[in-house]
Amino acid sequence: MALRVGCAAPPGRALDNKTGAWRVFKPVFDPETCSRCGMCAMVCPEGCVHETEEGTFEPDLDYCKGCGICEEVCPKKSIRMEKEEK
Amino acid sequence: MAEVEQGCELFSAGHRACGGCGPALAARLLLKATGKNVIIAASTGCMEVFSTPYPETAWGVPWIHSLFENVAAVASGIEASLKRQGRSEKVVCIAGDGATFDIGVLCISGAFERGHDITYICYDNEAYMNTGIQRSGATPYGASTTTSPAGKCSSGNLLPKKDMPGILAAHGAPYVATASIAYPNDFVQKVERAINTPGPCYIQVHTPCCTGWGFESGETLAMAKLAIDTGLWVNYEMVDGKVVKAKKVRRKPVEEYLAKQKRFRHLFKPARRDDVIANIQAVADANAERFGIDIKAKESSE
Amino acid sequence: MLEFMEGSHAVAEIVKRCRPQVIAAYPITPQTHIVEDLAQMVANCELDAEYITVESEFSALSACLGASAAGSRVYSATTSQGLALMFEVCFNVAGMRQPIVMTIANRSLGAPLSIWNDQQDSISLRDSGWLQFYAEDNQEAVDLHMIAYKVCEDHDILLPAFVCFDGFILSHTYEPVALPSQEEVDAYLPAFTPYQRLDAEKPLSFGMYATPEYYTEFRYETDQALYRAKESFIKAGREFGEQFGRDYSTLVEGYRLEDADTALVAMGSICGTVKDAIDEMRDAGKKVGLLKIRTYRPFPAPEIADALKGVSTVAVLDKNISLGGGGAVGTEVKAALYGSGAAVYDYIIALGGRDVRKRDIAAVVDLAEKGKGDMFYGLRTEVL
Ligand SMILES: Cc1ncc(C[n+]2csc(CCOP(=O)(O)OP(=O)(O)O)c2C)c(N)n1
Ligand code: SF4
Ligand code: SF4
Ligand code: SF4
Ligand SMILES: [Mg+2]
Repeated sequence: MALRVGCAAPPGRALDNKTGAWRVFKPVFDPETCSRCGMCAMVCPEGCVHETEEGTFEPDLDYCKGCGICEEVCPKKSIRMEKEEK
Repeated sequence: MAEVEQGCELFSAGHRACGGCGPALAARLLLKATGKNVIIAASTGCMEVFSTPYPETAWGVPWIHSLFENVAAVASGIEASLKRQGRSEKVVCIAGDGATFDIGVLCISGAFERGHDITYICYDNEAYMNTGIQRSGATPYGASTTTSPAGKCSSGNLLPKKDMPGILAAHGAPYVATASIAYPNDFVQKVERAINTPGPCYIQVHTPCCTGWGFESGETLAMAKLAIDTGLWVNYEMVDGKVVKAKKVRRKPVEEYLAKQKRFRHLFKPARRDDVIANIQAVADANAERFGIDIKAKESSE
Repeated sequence: MLEFMEGSHAVAEIVKRCRPQVIAAYPITPQTHIVEDLAQMVANCELDAEYITVESEFSALSACLGASAAGSRVYSATTSQGLALMFEVCFNVAGMRQPIVMTIANRSLGAPLSIWNDQQDSISLRDSGWLQFYAEDNQEAVDLHMIAYKVCEDHDILLPAFVCFDGFILSHTYEPVALPSQEEVDAYLPAFTPYQRLDAEKPLSFGMYATPEYYTEFRYETDQALYRAKESFIKAGREFGEQFGRDYSTLVEGYRLEDADTALVAMGSICGTVKDAIDEMRDAGKKVGLLKIRTYRPFPAPEIADALKGVSTVAVLDKNISLGGGGAVGTEVKAALYGSGAAVYDYIIALGGRDVRKRDIAAVVDLAEKGKGDMFYGLRTEVL
């Protein structure tokens, strides 16, 4: 790919960087207890928590860094951090 | 394009911020508030670095970075150009506390004096994080940083946090607000209000940095909330120079906030520094007094 | 039609006719008359531009960068301390490939403080990636602004340019100037079409950082663009000549060089004095000529070597000093002539407004022909 004049670039390419590889703990979401409040999706610094068709939520593990913020804010304690199996 | 597939995530995943980064969340929320019709001008610092290694930009809106200290001037030029062209994009600066409180003051003062229609957002993580946690004018009293280290004869940063919102309100800014990622919707609403207020507006958003402050990455929002609950951070709005609204709290002692962060560890170990803790409590008390945030007087203090 | 006017006013008039949409500048002697004139033109609605009264030169160029990135043709002017304050932004603008044109009313740099002319300011930014054009007189200053916009905005180039003219000596001097009309300028310089711009319809990130994998290639690309600017300048200069009858299709210009044994090399207004001195020396039978450098960046090294073929002695007049390293132009001319057999000497001259007369030029030629050079010329040893 030719260099773009002036070190400019169009959007999209950050997604090439799969930050899920950084993870030590992974969030496990329990749809049973989820109240569908959406807090987890709102506060994830990666923006990688998505609503499922059922209206509950799940993380995109390609990008989730396992920071644990979602676990911390979930009012229903529906998210639990588990040691990542490597 | 990829950001469209992601649903309306204009600040995309794949950026290189530390896990649990407060500023990264602020960037996401910022774009939720602005939507697509915006041009972002950024300063050098953590957010710029973690979001734009060529060619992997995380920004789904037009974005420009020039230098550490000139974002307000760059935005002035963008605004003037858009005005000339009759274009409708909003111009928003996003800059760290170092870029804002210290090295960029000249450009900010000029831009606010001239009254450009821009919104300037300072993401305040209370030090120069990108270069390794050095002190800035936003570093709170008592915090240990790599250039204001605690040591045998120092208890860390001895200078108070600069009143940047007050300085910008004094420039005649029509809207000045503080916000916190602990209250995402409030931050989003304040950004919406600022970009829809003609003239230069300023928002300072508290964005805890787990790496620089020394706490677990999952506690970022909890830390932001504790800052508010202790009165060390106050969420308020100023319209035409007058405080019109401040978030009220049932205040907790500052110790609860301090004890959870490595940057204040020297206040507890090897020996308790009650004098310094009392001084920090006095900062919170003064904030509470100035902004009238107490729901009811705390029993423990004074 | 020739009009008798001050250099700064002539520059302001031509800038107006180049239709910048955003102007950001900060006053500094001897640039002030240009920006005052432009402010008045905006105030009179003669010029339809945003004039940003910035609080510093640092902000002036930063605002120009933003405006240029957003898609406007922009203009600024400065000199000396102001340019030094812009140092960081200058490198940034070039690396971000913004086609900004800025007039430099050349002035010395402190300390000691001096408001008078030399070329230390722009030459100190030779590594920044800006094209640098030097005018010999006010007519050339006027013409070079039009050419500069054309070269800078060429989508194959996309670089910023300094149009340099000597402070006071040109900026504050009244000379007859042919000012192209608005229609003529419009015919020569098309409306600005940005190569890429900040635009919500087509988002781009500008000014990203480059890892070691990419940094060298970006620097290479910018360097290449400067070299390509030679062709672009020659073309724009030729077109200028075709339209206006004043030809600028060369990066260097020889004066009575044909059979010269000794050549002076110089940039800017000093060339006028040198030409007069050469005429006198020629009358006295000395085979002396001048090579004037018009584009200091890109540096016309092969063009210089070509023009000075057959010359045995070269005397470079440097209105700057790279402290601890000699004159900047001389150093590069020596490199350009390496292996040619010519003896090249450098003279630091006319610093901080020190007047240069014809007899000084003759004295320099004498020194060079005696093999004495690489020195400050005309040092007042009595005050040392
Ligand atoms: C003129 C200049 N001085 C110093 C630096 C080095 N530098 C880069 S970012 C930075 C600190 C940024 O601090 P802040 O604005 O608070 O942003 P943060 O990294 O904390 O997000 C410094 C000192 C620079 N890039 N430019
Ligand atoms: S925060 Fe918890 S309860 Fe709310 S949507 Fe997410 S998982 Fe469900
Ligand atoms: S652990 Fe962190 S990165 Fe992963 S989904 Fe939760 S908030 Fe997002
Ligand atoms: S150091 Fe702090 S501000 Fe910087 S990326 Fe890490 S968490 Fe974010
Ligand atoms: Mg910071």
